[in-house]
Amino acid sequence: MGTVTEVREETPRARTIVLDVPEWPDHLAGQHVDVRLTAADGYQAQRSYSIASPPGEAGLALTVERIDDGEVSPYLADELRVGDSFELRGPIGGYFTWQVHDGGPLLLVAGGSGLVPLMAMVRHRRREASEVDTRLLLSVGSWNDALYQAELAETPRQGVACRYTLTRHWDAHWAGWTRRVDAEMLGAVGPGPEDRPLIFVCGPTPFVEHVADLFVALGHEAGRVRTERFGPTGG
Amino acid sequence: MAPISRGFRGRRRTDVDPSRVPPGQYVVNDFPVLSAGPTPNIRLDGWSFTIDGAVDERRSWGWEELLALPSETVTVDIHCVTKWSKLGTAWTGVSLDVLLEDVETSAEYVTARSEGGYTSNLPLADVTDGQAWIAYRFDGEALEPEHGGPARLLVPHLYFWKSAKWIRGLTLMDEDEPGFWESLGYHNYGDPWREQRYWSD
Repeated sequence: MGTVTEVREETPRARTIVLDVPEWPDHLAGQHVDVRLTAADGYQAQRSYSIASPPGEAGLALTVERIDDGEVSPYLADELRVGDSFELRGPIGGYFTWQVHDGGPLLLVAGGSGLVPLMAMVRHRRREASEVDTRLLLSVGSWNDALYQAELAETPRQGVACRYTLTRHWDAHWAGWTRRVDAEMLGAVGPGPEDRPLIFVCGPTPFVEHVADLFVALGHEAGRVRTERFGPTGG
Repeated sequence: MAPISRGFRGRRRTDVDPSRVPPGQYVVNDFPVLSAGPTPNIRLDGWSFTIDGAVDERRSWGWEELLALPSETVTVDIHCVTKWSKLGTAWTGVSLDVLLEDVETSAEYVTARSEGGYTSNLPLADVTDGQAWIAYRFDGEALEPEHGGPARLLVPHLYFWKSAKWIRGLTLMDEDEPGFWESLGYHNYGDPWREQRYWSD
């Protein structure tokens, strides 16, 4: 069971839920949990959500983006309040994970809320005072959809190069990229295949397929590219 | 009795037969994709499917040889450990009963081997007697790469990670050996009706 101790609005569509989970066995950056909700008549629904907080931090943080026709995410993103509790299992997933001793360079590419498990890696790196060369590319529809803006604005000082591309809406002052992720963009973010970065890509399926294909075409080893896909299905 | 989630009502689907949905699963209409890495680009010339390991003689089929074998079209429900189920999916492929027909073995397990090194382990008894296929068509079309094309293992009565994408062969094993996800916390057998998702289930 997890009990909600804090709720933070991240964007108009997403919020972070901080949970107190007694006897949490701790997790690795990149892992997820299974959430199970039970209605008064006994009906249950389960979904998986990525963990946003780094290992070792008090309070397990999940960031949930509302899917309008979803079943679980609207409840978590709108209805849930401090003091509520729900069942959760985890941590789950042992492949899409990064620990400081896995080394780098680290190349993180997120589509939308696919940033959540990658943020756990960025936070883990900071918490462990790691100096691993880390690059982050975030593709979002508009600036309003970008999670953790204030925190990511601080990361260049910690040695994390963070860049954005906006794919649907941007204003006249926007100086960043305004297109779908392409090979030229990945080349500019770097590091290149000769540096053998450890690459993590997370986002909706078409985004992940596209970006993973680009990395392979650029000459990165397929075995260094780890993917996690978020389906809009049913969320 | 599970604790009630205050204010949660859920949204039951009234258009699906609940007896076809294993515990903890929900039914989808689309076909989500899950893979650990990039989708491999597989050429059909040079492709082969091989049965090796604890066998009297290694056997191998090229792409055209596989297509020339008797095929079946089956309509089955599939269940992913990430909780989606898809009902009434139509696949065409070759039954493993056909591929294993002349294989003499004392093995009780198989390791499914895929392009790129992915593996998954299953009891031999779960891939014989009309329970498993090497599938190369989905809904009447060539199986798309992101769903495991050109050919994937299809073992619909177990969680779908067992139905290894981009299949290249089966190794018959005297001892059971955990595969890729089975080594990373996922259940060794993976029966959706007993909700065997993770090691502790």
